[in-house]
Order: sequence, then structure tokens, then C-alpha cells
Amino acid sequence: MSDPHAPPPEALAPDTPRLTGDATAADLESLRRRTSVYVYEAPVRLWHWLNAACITILIVTGYLIARPLPSMQIAEAYDQFVMGYIRFAHFAAAQVMTVLFFGRIYWAFMGNHHARQMFVLPIFNRRFWHELIFELRWYFFLESEPKKYIGHNPLAQLAMFFFMTLGLTFMLVTGWALYAEGAGQGSLPDLMFGWLIALVQNTQRLHTLHHLGMWAIVVFMIIHIYAAIREDIMSRQSMVSTMISGHRTFKDDRPD
Amino acid sequence: MATIETFYDVMRRQGITRRSFMKYCSLTAAALGLGPAFVPKIAHAMETKPRTPVIWVHGLECTCCSESFIRSAHPLAKDVVLSMISLDYDDTLMAAAGHAAEAAFEDTIQKYHGNYILAVEGNPPLNEDGMFCITGGKPFVEKLRHAAEGAKAIISWGACASYGCVQAAAPNPTRATPVHKVITDKPIIKVPGCPPIAEVMTGVITYMLTFDRMPELDRQGRPKMFYSQRIHDKCYRRPHFDAGQFVEHWDDENARKGYCLYKVGCKGPTTYNACSTVRWNEGTSFPIQSGHGCIGCSEDGFWDQGSFYDRLTTIKQFGIESTADQIGMGAAGVVGGAVAVHAAISALKRAQKKTQDKVEG
Repeated sequence: MSDPHAPPPEALAPDTPRLTGDATAADLESLRRRTSVYVYEAPVRLWHWLNAACITILIVTGYLIARPLPSMQIAEAYDQFVMGYIRFAHFAAAQVMTVLFFGRIYWAFMGNHHARQMFVLPIFNRRFWHELIFELRWYFFLESEPKKYIGHNPLAQLAMFFFMTLGLTFMLVTGWALYAEGAGQGSLPDLMFGWLIALVQNTQRLHTLHHLGMWAIVVFMIIHIYAAIREDIMSRQSMVSTMISGHRTFKDDRPD
Repeated sequence: MATIETFYDVMRRQGITRRSFMKYCSLTAAALGLGPAFVPKIAHAMETKPRTPVIWVHGLECTCCSESFIRSAHPLAKDVVLSMISLDYDDTLMAAAGHAAEAAFEDTIQKYHGNYILAVEGNPPLNEDGMFCITGGKPFVEKLRHAAEGAKAIISWGACASYGCVQAAAPNPTRATPVHKVITDKPIIKVPGCPPIAEVMTGVITYMLTFDRMPELDRQGRPKMFYSQRIHDKCYRRPHFDAGQFVEHWDDENARKGYCLYKVGCKGPTTYNACSTVRWNEGTSFPIQSGHGCIGCSEDGFWDQGSFYDRLTTIKQFGIESTADQIGMGAAGVVGGAVAVHAAISALKRAQKKTQDKVEG
């Protein structure tokens, strides 16, 4: 059996016409060592970007619902619907995000192994904790080189689990409970989530919790985008393009 | 039970003729959408059904519920008290005082045991064995438990009895406790508000007498007919909210135009009550109509949500008075700053490593 990752012998020849003309010998050597794994299937990637778009809309419109734009006089009240459109965008994006979230859960069952990673925390796995500490050390500049991961690293998995799996669930449940207020008693949102209103008693509190949840997501976004770009540059594997193509490529052929 | 007057007895006593009484029964049947066959049934019920005895007790409260109640226009409070119910004990409204009043209290409890409605205005403070509220020489909590024992149902009047209200505000030194947390074995109707709307109070009583059962309650134990919608849902200024036209300051042009009070802290969007439909003082007005935001007085914990004039709740857990936005922006700022510093160090480290690699390589 020959090495499956090894390129055909003719590709290694520096003057082969199949390669672009500017490939150097070093490039070819690099090409031989680089490997890729198909990690994120199309539904996961689609969910990621649509979910990101929904969250962006929800944050902007949600903030404007809590702190509305300066009062404006475009027309008579019956011809002007500024707050109405902002709220519509918020509710519409939330409904799309809800459907997407259910779709994502469905794909956790139907998709590959990596599609499930976001929904579980392997807290009984010693290796997980060991690598979590290693990853923390990498972020505190105590390790000179990170490990390679096909899916999320343990730190990322932790963040995904708490901010996305639990965080989005929290925002969806509180959001739908707030929506139930307008939809009215006996409506579907009320039957599903109205119990939360009775639980917190005063929906002003529910608004506050939902609002704090938004800020938690904002904090997550800052860390998430920074970490993705940083790891793309500094780690031994691809990050940003993986969520576009689905392929994780590696910059070296060492196993660990 | 035979000693208590029926509705018919009371009506005859007030000078209403039998003929008028039968007319009234016909009209009632028509109003309820019932056929002529029901007229004798209604007449029979009015002739034989005794009026429901009511005991009305007062704990830690300000009597604003009673003040509201006696201003009811539809039905008039006088009709409720004199014709519909048999208000056997109410230490604020009754003529008797002292031992005579307390005797009436005991008398009613014994005579109508298991059949009277207990209306509670205010709540019992539980600290120091209830010594912060003494009525008739005893802690109010004892009186409440005693009266509740034989009650058919309990009406919790106002925010005090329903939720605790301002006397339960943090740190609640007297441990003022809403009725449903003290009496747990009786059906309780919460009629929150500070005070509740007069017509809501008499409406709840009228419903219970007419149909001889509790009105349909929501998850929090409030009558659905008055508390199922937010003030915001039926507010006449709602179009200005949807348009994005807000009062920015109390003295601005928008305030004069009657725009939405959302930005100056109106709690209408989170308050369940009938103010924007039933209104107050014979339907004359309600807070928003008079240009002031709703303070959310019929909501649990409205007294502990920070300023009445802020849209966002004050979150005291963070030590200083801050809102969700201040906390969130603070957190985002700290994380953003940390990310920037981290990125700078990462870049330096990387540059350092490259240099080393070059030297070593």
C-alpha cells in the first residue's frame, strides 16, 4: 500500500507542466506535506453563515428596540412605521434563526461526527481536560506551538457549547416568551413559552435577561472572530476557509 | 344560611315591585342571550339564592384598594355592597367599631363557615411573629389564617395582597408576604394593581356572584378578563410607538403632541392590566392619557425595578446602579480591549519566533 496522501510522482518534478509556472521547489515540498480533512458538511456551513447573519440583524434591531432611534417625524403616525419595521426585522430574523437551529439539531443526528461536537461536552474524558489546559496555556503564550485539531479545540468546544448551544437556546426561549406577550394568551408561542412569563412574574425582568443575553452573544462574537483569524494565522491548520469550503487543511504533516 | 337575605328580599326592601323584578329578570335573560324559558329560572334563583357573605380584612396596606372600590361606577359600589354581596365585616367601611366589629367578624366566620368569600387588602408581615401589623390586638397574620380557614375562596386585592408591594421592597425588613405564600390551601384570585381599577374589583365580585364560581384565571392567578393583555396592546398612543415617535423629554414638543412615552420609562409594554380599556374614574382617563408613563403597578416586583423613568431595569447585583446596556458595554469593552492586547502580543511573539527561526535556520 502506498501512502494515500502522497502526490503522484510526476507532481514532484519541478518542471512538470501540470503545475502553475510560479511553483517553487519549496512550494512543492509543502504541497506534499499538506493534508486536508472534510470537516464541515454543507448544512453546517450554511447554518453557520445564515445564523451569523440572523444574529447580526437581531443584535442591531434588538438594541434599537430597547433603545429606540431618536424620535422622527417623517409623516403622520399612520404613514410611518419605523419602530414597526425594526421590530418586524427582529421577529423575522428570530423566526428564521429558530428554524435554522432546529435544522442544525437535526443535522447533528444526520451529519458526520463533527456536526455533533457543538452539542456535547466530553467532561468525563481526561484527554479533553488535558487538552483544554494545554489550549489555555497556548492562549497565555505558555506554549510555543498549538496542537492540531480536526474539529473544535477543547476551548472552542467549551465556548460553542455555552454561548451557542445554551446561549442560543436561552435567547430563543426568552425571546419567544416575550413574543408570546404580543401574540396573546392561548397563542402557540404562549402555549410553548408562556410558562416563563409566570416563572419570572414580571416581564420587565424577562426583557432585562434577554438584553443581557444579547451582550453575552456580542462578547462571544468578539472572541470568536478574533480567535478564528488568529488561529488561521498562527495555528498549524486552516480556520476561516474551513467554514467556507468545509476542508480543514494542515500546514505540517506531524501527527499531533 | 336561612337567615341571610336573598337578592329578591333586598330588592323588595329597596322598594322594587314584583312587576319590576320580573321585568329585570326578563331583561337579564335577554342580555345573557337566553330564551324566555329562562326567565322563571332566573327569578327563582334570585328569590332563593342567598347573597354571598364577604369578609374584608386589612393588613399592611394604604387603603387605596378600598378608596378605588368605593368609586366604582359600573356597577356602583353602593349596589355591590348593599344589594349584591353581604359585606358582613370590613373594618374600614363598617359602622361598628371595636368589640362590636370583632364580634361581627367571629359571628360571620362561624355562621357561614365554608361559604363566605374572604377579601384581603394588604398583606401580613411575618417577621417578629407578625408584630409589625396588629389589628384587633392580634398580629394580622393570625387573623388572616383564622378567616381563611373557613373561606370558600380568597380575593387578594391589590399589589400588596397579590405580590407584596412597596412594603416588601428590598430588603423587606418586616418580611411582608403576599397572601398566597401564607394561605396555600384555598383558591386565591389575585387582583393586582396599586390600586386595582374600581370596575375590575366590582367586576370580579359581580362575576363570582352571577356565576357562582371563580372567573377564569391566568397562570399567575389573575382573572383573564382583565389581565390577559398588556396596557401597551390597547394603548391609544400605540401608533406613535410603531411609527417611532417618542417623547424624549417631559417638556418637549413630542410630549405636547401626545407621542409614545416608551423612552421616558413607560412600563405599558410589560404591564398586564385593563387601564387602557376600562380607564379610571368612570372611564375619564388613565396615567398615559394624562401624559405620564405607566409605572407597572399591577406587576410583581414593580417597586424594585429601578426608576419609573428608565426604559431599562436597574441591576443591583453589580453593586452600582447599572443597566443591562452598561454591563454589556462594559463587558464587551473589557473583552475587546483584552482581544486587542492579546492580538498585539501574538503578533510580537510571532515576529520573535520568525526571527529566531531565521537565526537558527
